[in-house]
Amino acid sequence: MTTTTATAEADRRTVSGSTPGAARGPRRTGRIRRIGLPYLLLLPALVLELLVHLVPMVIGILMSFKALTRFSIREWGAAPWSGLDNYKVSVDINAPAGEALLHSFWVTCGFTVLSVGLCWLLGTAAAIFLQDTFRGRGLLRTLFLVPYALPVYTAVITWAFMFQHDNGLVNHVLHDQLGLTDKPSFWLIGDNSFIALLTVSVWKGWPFAFLVVMAGLQNIPKELYEAAALDGAGMWQQIRRITLPSLRPVNQVLVLVLFLWTFNDFNTPYVLFGKAAPEAADLISIHVYQTTFATWNFGTGSAMSVLLLLFLLVVTGLYLLLTSRRRKTADV
Amino acid sequence: MAPPRSPMAAPRSFLWARRIFLTLLTGFVLLPVYVMVSSSLKPLQDVSGTFRWLPSGLTIRPYIDIWSTVPLADYFVNSVIVAGAATVCSVVIAVFAAYAVSRYRFRGKRVFTVTVLSTQMFPGILFLLPLFLIYVNIGNATGIALFGSRGGLILTYLTFSLPFSIWMLIGYFDSVPRDLDEAALVDGCGPLGALFRVVVPAAIPGIVAVAVYAFMTAWGEVLFASVMTNDTTRTLAVGLQGYATQTEVYWNQVMAASLVVSVPVVAGFLLLQRYLVAGLTAGAVK
Repeated sequence: MTTTTATAEADRRTVSGSTPGAARGPRRTGRIRRIGLPYLLLLPALVLELLVHLVPMVIGILMSFKALTRFSIREWGAAPWSGLDNYKVSVDINAPAGEALLHSFWVTCGFTVLSVGLCWLLGTAAAIFLQDTFRGRGLLRTLFLVPYALPVYTAVITWAFMFQHDNGLVNHVLHDQLGLTDKPSFWLIGDNSFIALLTVSVWKGWPFAFLVVMAGLQNIPKELYEAAALDGAGMWQQIRRITLPSLRPVNQVLVLVLFLWTFNDFNTPYVLFGKAAPEAADLISIHVYQTTFATWNFGTGSAMSVLLLLFLLVVTGLYLLLTSRRRKTADV
Repeated sequence: MAPPRSPMAAPRSFLWARRIFLTLLTGFVLLPVYVMVSSSLKPLQDVSGTFRWLPSGLTIRPYIDIWSTVPLADYFVNSVIVAGAATVCSVVIAVFAAYAVSRYRFRGKRVFTVTVLSTQMFPGILFLLPLFLIYVNIGNATGIALFGSRGGLILTYLTFSLPFSIWMLIGYFDSVPRDLDEAALVDGCGPLGALFRVVVPAAIPGIVAVAVYAFMTAWGEVLFASVMTNDTTRTLAVGLQGYATQTEVYWNQVMAASLVVSVPVVAGFLLLQRYLVAGLTAGAVK
């Protein structure tokens, strides 16, 4: 959206700016400089994106078609081609590798849907409740941003401490103080690890939604609320009829960004569980990391990453298509 | 900041819902913070046994020990250098790129913006191994040590925040009236003069927001830090794991070190957060 308006405005600019003030100056070089300048300005960003993102991605795709072991990895270019073998291994759900990848995929999907949903819910509710001024609003706003500001590893380490079996706060409260569980539970291994991971992810992620929704609320014209109040709409009705619909464009971007970050999240499970996550919380990034670096299946790991990227591309594409279509129909 | 809603008094149901929700949420948010602070002041036997809400005796011992159990100061310096350099470079590069996109029409502009934005969706794991190989190969070919050095990490990190920074700054620069820098051009400034004298000063909130984001991204990154550093270049993200020994985890020291590591970032962030909200309003949220 931003891009199209930028282009339109840039068009206007070049039209108005195409009458050079210095008619006597060397027009040719001036024009070359003007045409070359944007590229020159983009050059550093372009070179870095190429070096650190695009070239590695191309290499990663190439590697996914090669038979790579710990011995051939140093000379990966000379390693033999293996065609689609790595992909066959990755998607063969009757074999251990494919089965584990599919399991990890479903775990990640469930985790992402729940985490994004909860983050959005908490963030939106908090932003709306903090929309009006009341005593303590500024303090709460600052407090709510603390999880976002804390470095991932310190926050997640603290949660890992709270989820410890013997000396953690969670078991102390649930078992010793409230007596809700028969015996202290394990939170960082077994089925409960999914709950632990989700808790940490939501705790860490919701302030971003809060921040974005708060910014979005500022773009809603005051007159809308005033008109609604004149028509006799109460607070809850105003939220349902004005606030939430007005946030739709903001939400479309927010949900997409949250989805991509959560689906690709590596830091949270890695700090919470270490290099190998428990099966119930085996997020796909950790799974691919484990396949690549712990079992030395570099080719298979690359193939899995490429499949992951393809999935994200398709989902993002569909999402953008759907939301932009809905936006168009809404305009009509 | 937000537009106040109708002057109508809020109904009781709304006030109660607000009270309950905000209390619960505050508890949820502050719980780990409380654990971090209180545990960092506890003697070791307190954090090794059953959890206690209150310490049996306050001690600042963990804050003294953290510096000798692991070389925390070295990790700190590494993190500051890496995150600081990545932030400065990333902001400068993003300013140039966003200026070009916002103010000029050129061939390949759409391709550029779309490509840069889509790198946001790459799973980090996809280019970890290839990047590692590229750095090793560059090192072998040119003698420039990228792998294991701070330089390699800086190079990597600055691209992490770059797409988001460029995207946000384009929006921000678009909101700076074009007449301003056109007037500067007419007055005889070059394009760069117009950028630095007019556009950049007018977009300071956006630039600060982007810098905060870049710094936090670099300060908190774990995956690449754990693969691409060695004993001398290790950052805090990896270094904090050193408090866990084979037999025991010094949880009070872990918490003390976490707090020491977090305070500068959190303080900086909270001081500058209004810029972030302003930046998001003008840039990303449109």
